[in-house]
Amino acid sequence: MKRFLKSRETMLAVAIILLTGGIALRFPGFIAPKNIVLVFNDTSILIILALGQMAVILTRCIDLSMASNLALSGMVVAMINASFPGVPIPALIGLAIILGTLLGAINGLLVWKLDIPPIVVTLGTLTIYRGLIFVISDGAWVNSHEMSDAFKALPRSVFAGLPILSWVAIATVGVALFAIRRLPLGRSLYAVGGNPHAAVYTGIDVGKTRFMAFSIAGGLSGLAGYLWVSRYAVSYVDIAGGFELSIIAACVIGGVSIAGGIGSVGGAVLGALFLGVINNALPVINVSPFWQMAISGTAIIVAVALNVRSERTKGRIILKRAEAVV
Amino acid sequence: MSLQDVKTRIIPDRLDSRLSGYLKSWESLLVAVAVAVFVINSLSSPYFLDAWNLSDATFNFTEKGLIALAMALVIISGEIDLSVAGIIALASTAMGYALQFGVGTVELVAIGLTVGALCGLFNGVLVTVMGLPSIVATIGTMSLFRGLSFVVLGDKAFNGYPTSFAFFGQGYVFWVITFELVLFACMAILFGILLNKTNFGRTIYAIGNNPTAALFSGIQVDRVKMILFLLTGLMSGLAAVCLTSRLGSTRPSIATGWELEIITMVVLGGINILGGSGTIVGVVLAALIIGMVTFGFGLLNIPGIVMSIFIGLLLISVIALPIIYGRLRKG
Repeated sequence: MKRFLKSRETMLAVAIILLTGGIALRFPGFIAPKNIVLVFNDTSILIILALGQMAVILTRCIDLSMASNLALSGMVVAMINASFPGVPIPALIGLAIILGTLLGAINGLLVWKLDIPPIVVTLGTLTIYRGLIFVISDGAWVNSHEMSDAFKALPRSVFAGLPILSWVAIATVGVALFAIRRLPLGRSLYAVGGNPHAAVYTGIDVGKTRFMAFSIAGGLSGLAGYLWVSRYAVSYVDIAGGFELSIIAACVIGGVSIAGGIGSVGGAVLGALFLGVINNALPVINVSPFWQMAISGTAIIVAVALNVRSERTKGRIILKRAEAVV
Repeated sequence: MSLQDVKTRIIPDRLDSRLSGYLKSWESLLVAVAVAVFVINSLSSPYFLDAWNLSDATFNFTEKGLIALAMALVIISGEIDLSVAGIIALASTAMGYALQFGVGTVELVAIGLTVGALCGLFNGVLVTVMGLPSIVATIGTMSLFRGLSFVVLGDKAFNGYPTSFAFFGQGYVFWVITFELVLFACMAILFGILLNKTNFGRTIYAIGNNPTAALFSGIQVDRVKMILFLLTGLMSGLAAVCLTSRLGSTRPSIATGWELEIITMVVLGGINILGGSGTIVGVVLAALIIGMVTFGFGLLNIPGIVMSIFIGLLLISVIALPIIYGRLRKG
């Protein structure tokens, strides 16, 4: 019980409820069911991406290229849709996911086979993928009127009171919960991040697990690429620029340890929701949206300070030092 | 620390001064690349070999290079600072804000440097006193610093800097030699001496190779790291002075994405991203190469974003090729 009260998920949930409650005191419209659906829908893409990033961070890696991957996959399907409106939407979604997975797999291969530090690999692919968008699109935009109606309609169409976009996020959370608890891959993500040496002795291929994590993050980026482009009904070189840091912020706020091995699906989702609530609340309470960046920066610093403190009580620091000496 | 993997740690092997060591070193590879880039550029565009054009081209790397020098030390010590571009934005905003009260050039420079140093100190406190992993702590401060700049400026801009202030970014010391280039050269020498000829420099390598052993051998690890973050902040403040002076205005989006370009520069310069090895000479060469590549592509009318593909490929391949080569030799 005490552990439950002190857990990051509970603290974050309370923080989000207090935040929403505080705003609702002055602006009751903020907690109207319609608005809550809106906020959740607005955060859906971030939730999907945060889950992918969590898989990577759990294995002691980091993926800075997710936003570029999203933008590239999104641009490819948007251009195909603009040129060949006849291609069915499910095929385009499948293509976006496959393309994203491939781009993620490139990161994974470089980390697995060549042992290049993940931050260097994804820093490189971040600029390469972003540059490729310019190369394939020649800097041109794919605008709303060039996309087919079906292409734009899918994430907006409402099913059982929620837009499909929200349902995709919910489904992703469901799959992630199942995979991370029940599938061998989900468990090995934790093992690899918690203690890579021990993972090797238990028969887990550390490099391959990391490769899988990067591929998953890539696949989710591809999916988010279609969702982003169709939802905002526009695609150009700079979409989701800088979003890679919001994704990492959501994970860190959600208690995913950058040192690997610690984190939960619930935490990452709540971390994303926390950022989503702040982003949506600022205009409501008449604070200039220019505060958004400073607030999320502060939230990251506070969250990471809390992470470090909670990890310390578990005695992880000693373990880490011991490994560093080996 | 967090991203360190025991398997991939490398003990520096470039500290010996034998001739063969020099020839096989990362730095000589960089010199070869730099010469190749220079030759290709001069062959592909008739405008490349022009003193004034080359002088203009140095702006492509001097400001980033200033920060890269300090960033190199931070990375050698096993940490990283992603907030440098945010510091530029905040320092530049502070200068523009002070301008409204009619301060002079000297005060402007002092404000820029002070804000930079304070930001660096803040990073240092987060990393050493509070023990946060630098990669996420500085992702946080990066948003915080630039965010504060957005809060102050919104979608507006500060301009109307005094004429004498323009010297730092637009002035020439001698013929085509810009003030920024001279500043970069002086700083490169200072940092080279600091890293290679002083006790302090040796402790940076020691910390990067094994923080625990460094602590047990009596090095004040936290204090050294604090100084390094402070130094990076100060250099970012200096870069902010130069950049603001060159542009003559401040917007909150100033220097967006520079942190990644600066880290690319440092890693390309042969600094081990996991800490413990690398030289200032390498960083200076990498700055030159990136500057010349950017300039050469610009002359050929290749858009900046396509250049970034090249820089990204360069970053990955310069790290991957030696690894592949090493594997092939081992068989």
